Amino acid sequence: MMLASVLTTNLAILVLAGFIGFVVISKVPNTLHTPLMSGTNAIHGIVLLGGLLLLGLANLGALDKALLVIAVAFGTINIVGGFLVTDRMLDMFKSRPKPKASEESETKTPAGAQDTNGKGGS
Amino acid sequence: MSAPVLATSFLQSESFIYVLYIIAFALFIQGLRGLSGPTTAVRGNRIAAVGMAIAVVATLLNPGESNWGLIVMGVGLGVAVGVSAARQVKMTAMPQMVALFNGVGGGAVALISWVEFRSHGSTYGSHPIEVGGFVVHVGGPPAYVAIFSVFAAIVGSISFWGSNIAFGKLQEILPGRPITLGRAQQLVNLLLLTLAVAAGVALVAGTHSELLFIGMLIVAALLGNAVVLPIGGADMPVVISLLNAFTGLSAAATGMALNNPALIVAGMIVGASGSILTNLMAVAMNRSIPAIVAGGFGGGGAVQGASGAGAHDGTVRSTSAADAAIQLAYASRVVVVPGYGMAVAQAQHAVRELTKELEDRGVEVSYAIHPVAGRMPGHMNVLLAEADVPYDQLKEMDDANPEFARTDVSLVIGANDVTNPAAKNTPSSPIYGMPILEVADSRSVIVIKRSMNPGFAGIENELYFDPKTSMLFGDAKSAVSEITAELSAL
Repeated sequence: MMLASVLTTNLAILVLAGFIGFVVISKVPNTLHTPLMSGTNAIHGIVLLGGLLLLGLANLGALDKALLVIAVAFGTINIVGGFLVTDRMLDMFKSRPKPKASEESETKTPAGAQDTNGKGGS
Repeated sequence: MSAPVLATSFLQSESFIYVLYIIAFALFIQGLRGLSGPTTAVRGNRIAAVGMAIAVVATLLNPGESNWGLIVMGVGLGVAVGVSAARQVKMTAMPQMVALFNGVGGGAVALISWVEFRSHGSTYGSHPIEVGGFVVHVGGPPAYVAIFSVFAAIVGSISFWGSNIAFGKLQEILPGRPITLGRAQQLVNLLLLTLAVAAGVALVAGTHSELLFIGMLIVAALLGNAVVLPIGGADMPVVISLLNAFTGLSAAATGMALNNPALIVAGMIVGASGSILTNLMAVAMNRSIPAIVAGGFGGGGAVQGASGAGAHDGTVRSTSAADAAIQLAYASRVVVVPGYGMAVAQAQHAVRELTKELEDRGVEVSYAIHPVAGRMPGHMNVLLAEADVPYDQLKEMDDANPEFARTDVSLVIGANDVTNPAAKNTPSSPIYGMPILEVADSRSVIVIKRSMNPGFAGIENELYFDPKTSMLFGDAKSAVSEITAELSAL
């Protein structure tokens, strides 16, 4: 019974994560699909955790250790390379010296003043 | 006895570690939310990276953790390779890079499953028995651990080999054209899949044979090769995206087997993301995913025969850089339509120079980008962003199409099938129904292209025979630079 509940809890997490994934990813515009792909690619490098956990097991043979070191190296390449390359790409989308934003910040100031007036009235 | 204890106690009992995992996956989700716009995206990616760091630290906190030397070695190796690869890769080579990173991820999954089998496989197949209304598992980990682990092994192996083949094709180590066994291909694929699944079932049921496990990995590896080798270069983005989804799902399966929530959530989100992108691309190419996986499309002679209706005897008008420059200089609105040719020629900076020159002359310039232009969705956007093209000049297909009618010159640079009017006008064409950039609606069209060779789909482009189209033959980069030179001399 205990084990069954672990399984069902994890299944619930799995299903919910799937739905969240669909909702979040659907909001990403076409323009950013390449960085999205490399970013999510980096995220599945999380299998590294599996490699790290198994390296903690007792009585691993030489072959096990060799396989796990390769797995850990693979997972790390996946994570580090993936995030770095995504960062490089996204930086190019952002770093645009564009003198804008001076027009939008003007309208807000009077609202704050009125608010404090209303509170001080009592 | 030791297996369930290992699988559950040291992963699960530590509430603190579990909480760290929850924080980690929350950061992944928050990070991906940031990718909804270019201004928040950089931070989003970094948030996700922080989440990853937390997940790794949480794992290392496990009391049972040992073999630190090996961990440092593996991580050090991975960091060295990952950093140098990510720093050095050219933006044009991004699809290969993603394929390669995806492949190592899949490889890691397969290796981890293998070691997991070596450690616990001898206890697979213990059967649940009912005692007084409760189900009790005797002898080994519950069946689902074995099922997910074996699933992860198969999918990880497919993903590793498939991604490597995709990398080889994109890097042009392997020929880009489909390599197929012909009619037997699908039968062979089906056979391999059946074999892999059968081996997996036998293992789960309690065949404690490591040889069988290795055999299963090999069969899955062959399947990965057999599925990707027959796929042509044009379909590669779909394949990479599909394999990305596969690796994600295999990571989620590993998480289910190891009872690790961070792995489950991260893997599943990647699986969802990959599925969405794959589907989007398949729609944009007017192909079904099974048809793409079945292969054969993308540059074969067979397709050419099917498009016989497009056998034109019309004439093609070729132009010179000087004439093109004049045509562009007197336009009031120019739309640039980039395609893979631009990426191959590394022409994005030259294109930016040209459009700057045009903007200085008061010409309104924008870029129309087809969802599958290039070798990856959004690939063109990355290249143009690299060349400092403002984000708001990049128009997606649905925004760009209504604008072509009031466009004086459409400048098509290394794009082909995505501009082919046959997709709208010729029901017999293999690409009929595919959404295209309606370049033919503009007042005139200049196409920069290496030669009259058909594109990856192997279909002739009616656009080139349109009287208002002129062709400028040559390498995209040098042709664009020549136009810019002529333009500044005007």
